[in-house]
Amino acid sequence: MEIFRKTTRIRFMEQRRVWYAFSALIILGSIVLVAVRGLNFGIDFTGGIVIEAGYSRPADLEATRSALAAAGLGAAQVQRFGTANDVLVRLPPAEGRESLDLTNRATEAIRSVDPSVEIRRTEAIGPQVGRELAEKGATALLMTLLFIGLYVVMRFQWKFSVGATLAALHDPFVVVGFFSLTQMTFDLPVLSAILAVIGYSLNDTVVVFDRVRERLLSMRKATSIEVMNTAINETLSRTLMTSGTTSIVVVSLLVLGGEALTGFATALLVGIVVGTYSSIYVAGAAALDLGLSQRDLMPPEKKQEVDALP
Amino acid sequence: MTVLAVVLVSIVLALPNVFGETAALQLSRKDRAAFAEASVQELEQLLERERIAYEDAYLDADGRLWIRFGDVERQIEARDLIAREYEGQFAIATTFAPRAPRWLTGLGLKPMSLGLDLRGGIYLVYEVDVEGAVAQLTQVLERDLRKVLRDARIPYDEVAAAGPAVRLIIKDPAQTSGAVDAVRKFDPQLAVRQGDLPGQVVVELTPDQIRQRQDFAIQQNITALNNRVNALGVAEPVIQRQGLNRIAVQLPGIQDAAEVVRVLGKVATLEFRLVDQANSPLEAKRTGRAPLGTRLYDDRQGNPVLLKREVIATGEQLIDATSTLSQGEPAVDVVLDGRGGEEMLRTTRENLGKPMAVVFIERERELVERDGRKVVIDRSSEEVISVATIRGIFSNRFQITGLTASEGQELARLLRAGALAAPLYIVEQRLIGPSLGRDNIERGFRALVIGMLITFVFMALYYRVFGLVADVILVTNVVLITALLSLFGAALTLPGIAGIVLTVGMAVDANILIYERIREEVRNGNSPWAAIHGGFEHALSAIIDANVTTLIAAVMLFAFGTGPIRGFAVVLFLGILTSLFTALMGSRALIQLVYGRRRRLERLAI
Repeated sequence: MEIFRKTTRIRFMEQRRVWYAFSALIILGSIVLVAVRGLNFGIDFTGGIVIEAGYSRPADLEATRSALAAAGLGAAQVQRFGTANDVLVRLPPAEGRESLDLTNRATEAIRSVDPSVEIRRTEAIGPQVGRELAEKGATALLMTLLFIGLYVVMRFQWKFSVGATLAALHDPFVVVGFFSLTQMTFDLPVLSAILAVIGYSLNDTVVVFDRVRERLLSMRKATSIEVMNTAINETLSRTLMTSGTTSIVVVSLLVLGGEALTGFATALLVGIVVGTYSSIYVAGAAALDLGLSQRDLMPPEKKQEVDALP
Repeated sequence: MTVLAVVLVSIVLALPNVFGETAALQLSRKDRAAFAEASVQELEQLLERERIAYEDAYLDADGRLWIRFGDVERQIEARDLIAREYEGQFAIATTFAPRAPRWLTGLGLKPMSLGLDLRGGIYLVYEVDVEGAVAQLTQVLERDLRKVLRDARIPYDEVAAAGPAVRLIIKDPAQTSGAVDAVRKFDPQLAVRQGDLPGQVVVELTPDQIRQRQDFAIQQNITALNNRVNALGVAEPVIQRQGLNRIAVQLPGIQDAAEVVRVLGKVATLEFRLVDQANSPLEAKRTGRAPLGTRLYDDRQGNPVLLKREVIATGEQLIDATSTLSQGEPAVDVVLDGRGGEEMLRTTRENLGKPMAVVFIERERELVERDGRKVVIDRSSEEVISVATIRGIFSNRFQITGLTASEGQELARLLRAGALAAPLYIVEQRLIGPSLGRDNIERGFRALVIGMLITFVFMALYYRVFGLVADVILVTNVVLITALLSLFGAALTLPGIAGIVLTVGMAVDANILIYERIREEVRNGNSPWAAIHGGFEHALSAIIDANVTTLIAAVMLFAFGTGPIRGFAVVLFLGILTSLFTALMGSRALIQLVYGRRRRLERLAI
């Protein structure tokens, strides 16, 4: 079985202006979304208290809310979590021992609704810790981009590097935009999924660039656009296959992994789809428009040239 | 050959995970000494007498005693029985032990340890008030400096601690340089300089001293937490420093957060007192009345000790205590501050040859309901941790000897725990219920299995024989990751399982790169063998480049992530390494194996 019996000849690069516009639109949309709607940050980043409770029958949200209000915790948000029996209670952050007392009070209030309730999880995070985590996360994001950019510069020519980094920046924007649009909780696992997406998206890009480098040397008469098209077409089957298998396992995580992994798996899935798109349309196109040509790879490596000839 | 060897070793390493875990009790002696082999038989006889079925009992490398049970009911029965029979002698923790046969565990092979999010438990992060700790030190310094000036007969207007410094104002500015000399002589490490005002002297702690004090504050709190966690009966607690001023505590299997916070929040101190030799402690214990001027205590073995009421020095004056060797004998080095040293000098001069004791006092504040109102009550427990004869005259530096090595370590530990502690605050607290942990494992595992199965079928359909090779490679990959995680003792977390699932998806990538290349070579008219060789060779640079980028992301995740996220980073990192190995070496070896015997290969099933 093969998707493409012959190597395809899709002329990706000719329509690159259209895709530029499309990408620009998505990124702009993401920025506007985040600016207007913001992100629904998890307590990992904001600090606060979360209690997950499982009732033995469908949970009565109103009763839970009024019990919490009666305990002086009117600020609590109560929502369903996963199944109809499970509820998630969120409280704003408090400092030190106070957060413990609040957690205990909230737990008691939840118990008072139904003594058989099972407290499945409680988390209390001080605002300071949350701020630090957010800072660390942002640093990790920047450092990842920086180091990967450096690696690509080392291995490839700078025009590739700019293209790859643009594509890598493109993807997290879209994922963050998606989380703003859906208002799904943006927490630590989601952030780590985004980091993994950056690595993954570059993985795709690098494979395409690897082929471009090879073809630039073997197709000396062709234009840069032709070379880029050939490289993308030749790797297309692999790009789609890898995205396919990775999507399979991520979808299985999303469907079967339970509530705790929903955000994580969603971020990965969106990231993989966007990452595949960006390594085809954004990375190559950007390298082209920076004026990528054979001359950028001088002096040619003799051995590779001979090997690449059919 | 290498490939085969690596895979075989990995299978053995991963094997303990197949057996899973079973309910167990972990006993440790309250005094932290190791169990004797005889205690194992003693407990076995006890269980047999009471007809409680158990699987086996054994000692681990740390001298703790483990008993494994077939089910949780027996485990609980046995725990209650042992608690009754050996009241207060052991800390008993209900836990899980690997079910793997002894010959496997005997080789030091263990299954992967599970993170808190998979086994349930409590995770706490404490912040140590290191600034407060430094302020305590300057206050001690303030008291010492008053004494230095008094001893040097230099009258002063003011001695006041301010931040990491103490400011002195000398009454007669002419004596300023004399004061500077006196302070320098007292502690040559201190930075001393004359201030801008007439008669002003500024004494500053050096950055080294400040850092030392901060480290001590953290270490001391870690010691104290270790101490108290022991009392909670937790198997495999993890207490570690996190960053500059935090301590993370992981308590698997514990659910009562309020109890944990109460026990861990105890405040400890020490008192150095002389032993009263004039009266009989046994007599005092029998009558329940201590003679005038004395107090009755118990030592750690439960024997009564009578101590004089006067306190020579307290934990607030203890600067440091470390276990060491003195002329080949285990000993504990103790350092007191100036005031404590002065009092010690006076006492030892008058009481040479008499015994002195150290009392360890732990207080806890508890909020209790009384007549419908909440009141705070202080509860304290006191016990004698050391009785030693005064063998010489000393002041603020002395040694306690005549101990075994483990007793010495224990005493130093307790002394440090009783020194003036820097305050602790909880900044993060997570509790994961046992059912949630179980659900997480089940769901994560199911996602892994189903995801893998679909990938298998897909690969086999798409690449036929080569696809099957890739499938074998995938399984090998999961075995390798499991083996590495078991070997390093890295904890498996839910994001870690997700990482394994993701690795399965991505590990196929290297194979796909190679196979697509082989197909291209075949299309270009190359012979099957040339296509295979060409495919592997040409795909190499793409595979390496592509994986290094993900590797960088994994390293960054590890560097900046905490808790479960680190688990994800570790798995991602290991997964990339194993998939590189399996795709480049394993896959090739397997293809050789499949096609190797046919000398004339017409076409490839790809």
